[in-house]
Amino acid sequence: MKFFTKPRKLILAIESSCDETSVAVIEDQTKILSNIVASQIDSHKRFGGVVPEVASRHHVEEILLCMEEALEEANILTEELSAVAVTYGPGLVGALLIGISAAKAFAWANQLPLIPVNHMAGHIQAANFVRPLEFPLIALLVSGGHTELVYMKENGSYQIIGQTRDDAAGEAYDKVGRVLGLSYPSGKEIDELAVKGKDTFNFPRAMLREDNFDFSFSGLKSSFINTVHNAEQRAETLVKEDLATSFQASVIDVLVGKTIRACQTYPVKQLVVAGGVAANKGLRERIQQEVTEKLTEVTVVIPPVALCGDNAAMIGSAAFVECEKEVIADLTLNAVPNLSFEAI
Amino acid sequence: MKSLAIDTSNQILTVSLGDDDQIMGSHLLAIKKNHSLSLMPTVDQLMKECGVTPQELGQIVIAKGPGSYTGLRIGVTTAKTLAWTLGIELTAVSSLAVLAGNVTDFPGYIVPIFNARRKNVYTGIYQWRENQLVNVAEDRHTSLADWLQKLKKETEKIIFVGEDCAFFATEFQHLPANIKVCEDSVRNTINGLTLLNLAKQTKKIDKIKEFIPNYLKLVEAEEKWLESHESLEKKYVKKI
Repeated sequence: MKFFTKPRKLILAIESSCDETSVAVIEDQTKILSNIVASQIDSHKRFGGVVPEVASRHHVEEILLCMEEALEEANILTEELSAVAVTYGPGLVGALLIGISAAKAFAWANQLPLIPVNHMAGHIQAANFVRPLEFPLIALLVSGGHTELVYMKENGSYQIIGQTRDDAAGEAYDKVGRVLGLSYPSGKEIDELAVKGKDTFNFPRAMLREDNFDFSFSGLKSSFINTVHNAEQRAETLVKEDLATSFQASVIDVLVGKTIRACQTYPVKQLVVAGGVAANKGLRERIQQEVTEKLTEVTVVIPPVALCGDNAAMIGSAAFVECEKEVIADLTLNAVPNLSFEAI
Repeated sequence: MKSLAIDTSNQILTVSLGDDDQIMGSHLLAIKKNHSLSLMPTVDQLMKECGVTPQELGQIVIAKGPGSYTGLRIGVTTAKTLAWTLGIELTAVSSLAVLAGNVTDFPGYIVPIFNARRKNVYTGIYQWRENQLVNVAEDRHTSLADWLQKLKKETEKIIFVGEDCAFFATEFQHLPANIKVCEDSVRNTINGLTLLNLAKQTKKIDKIKEFIPNYLKLVEAEEKWLESHESLEKKYVKKI
């Protein structure tokens, strides 16, 4: 089917997989006409983490406000749109269902095709807003729920070559942050503290020397928690900054080490770093530096910080790729909370 | 005016289409299905069968709760998105009223029952007065024991209605002579035609975009949080 029969190539994209309600209007895959993000973070801070039922309720409150604002800010009428895109997984099922319900109703009422988008593909395709993707490429996807290395032989093809066997990197940040008495989510604060300290604790670099591209962060987390608890029992005070630096150094060593090796193993032109943890300054700098030193043929592409967290602009960008593959959903589209790329 | 009525607040899915006083069609799915999967295909099928296009609709009617949280959100999100994007009216009716409205031939208090688990119910009191379904006691989430105690003090004739009454056979033993339980499976089943009918006596929603389901209950995490914090009428969601 021909998607783009109208004068402009415009997609309305909807994202509601976790604790952000977001709606965007994207033109020609890379032009963001609007990207409205309603964050619920202040609500979930009360509970020290995302409460799914609370998230779902906020999504219902926000979804149409975001849709209207996205269209208004883009200065686009519904009839100018060519398709509606929506995240259908992975994520919290109740949260995903709000975006999906709204997208289906909107698509049906306006006779628009419905494009189902994998949230993780969205994170990678956010890199399009920096420069066009070149293939083959490897993407390091790091967020609160995911840590994986994805090989893209060509556009629209996503294969997992390695992933975390336990905690996601972002999850480890949040758990460690709680022990440090930081508020949720704590990635940004740890990143800031890490600049001020020294790597004095020598936390383990799990699986770094193993001949695979998998990760593990639960050992690091336990080691961190034990260190803090043992000090507490001895009534010692540890330097927060040094703890943060040591923790972050371990995470980054492993992420960067494995990623570089993956890029040396596969014939890649680009390395994309994406997902919420890609906003981490320490990680951004280190990966840039190591690629420059060790991989002269590879270009690093990292979305701007504002597009690393969950947003609908990236879903719109990914939807253009799905359009090329003529992937279209019917009205039975449902949430797939554990949606994942295929492993090689 | 053509009205599309949706109820996904419980296990039953109903989609009905009416044109003023004419019933055009209705689908009812009572066995356990996934509302997210079934709702829009059912809407699409019914509309096509009736030869009505979305643009010909003048009103969306939704059962606003209480009920299953996920089911409510699927229905409400779908309904308000349709009303908003089509630029038409949205009318919301209590899901308990939809059940109570089935009992048109009973002069006393009609008490609809939804099982809210752990011996709790969503309930209220309704009565037909001069062809209007009047809400006598507002919808609530309550322990069934407390509710029964309260109702036993009433002298009015009372009928419990709803298929969930079957869960509470033990609690409904030894009721006073003025209280009975509806045993007619037709009246006990949520019905989209009753929803269409009740919409005619209900005011439309003014703020469609902001419309949310009537959960009648806070999230447990919020209840706990409120035990140790003051409720701040603060906006917890912000645009970034």
